[in-house]
Amino acid sequence: MREIAASILIVLGTTLMFLASLGILRMPDVFMRLSATAKATTLGVAFTMAGAAVFLNEIGVSSRSAAIVLFICLTTPVAGHMIARAAYNSGAPLWKGTMVDELRGRYDRRHHRLESHPAAPTLPPAESGEAVPPEFPGNSEDAPSHPGPA
Amino acid sequence: MNPENLALNVAMPVLGVSLVMAFARLVRGPNLVDRVVAVDLIGTLSIGIAGVYAVATHQAVFLDVAVILAMLLFLGTIAFAYFIERRTER
Repeated sequence: MREIAASILIVLGTTLMFLASLGILRMPDVFMRLSATAKATTLGVAFTMAGAAVFLNEIGVSSRSAAIVLFICLTTPVAGHMIARAAYNSGAPLWKGTMVDELRGRYDRRHHRLESHPAAPTLPPAESGEAVPPEFPGNSEDAPSHPGPA
Repeated sequence: MNPENLALNVAMPVLGVSLVMAFARLVRGPNLVDRVVAVDLIGTLSIGIAGVYAVATHQAVFLDVAVILAMLLFLGTIAFAYFIERRTER
């Protein structure tokens, strides 16, 4: 019975980790890759360690695997958040089918300030569906200067 | 099939294929951040490999390896993210 439970847990964990690397290979974008790997590997390591704890069935093994799972669950979101933040601030390209970039035009990458309204004084007229706010003025040098109120 | 054989014959090859796929992203990744994500995934996969190997060989010592790997991986990822962000500020 214990062996069956351990086998199921190990197979589940291995499958999740395989899905994570499938995600990192196939996803088109840094942020999607990060999203695929961070969650799947957390659960995969948790299942694998639970399988090891169930199978070996000693108090030392159980406490060590519990410590590993706790540590991974604490650190993986923090690390993923920091990598995503660094990716966004270093200008990593988004996937071309991305629908919403809520920080676009509102985040000053140089001084790390967030504005609640788009920084440019005038929005471009919304002709085709949703209006896209322009890039923050100080972010890219080659962007044309924002048009003043006509 | 008992769990040792399962870990050695099923879980280990799957994790090896996963390592190869993560390594392909590490080689191909168009950006530096992609490569950091791939290194992070490779480290996490080696934590899983240590756990599976502990099951396969009945040695609880490999879980210590997993603990150390988890700590070093976190520090490395944080350092990479910090320096990428500082590099783009200049």
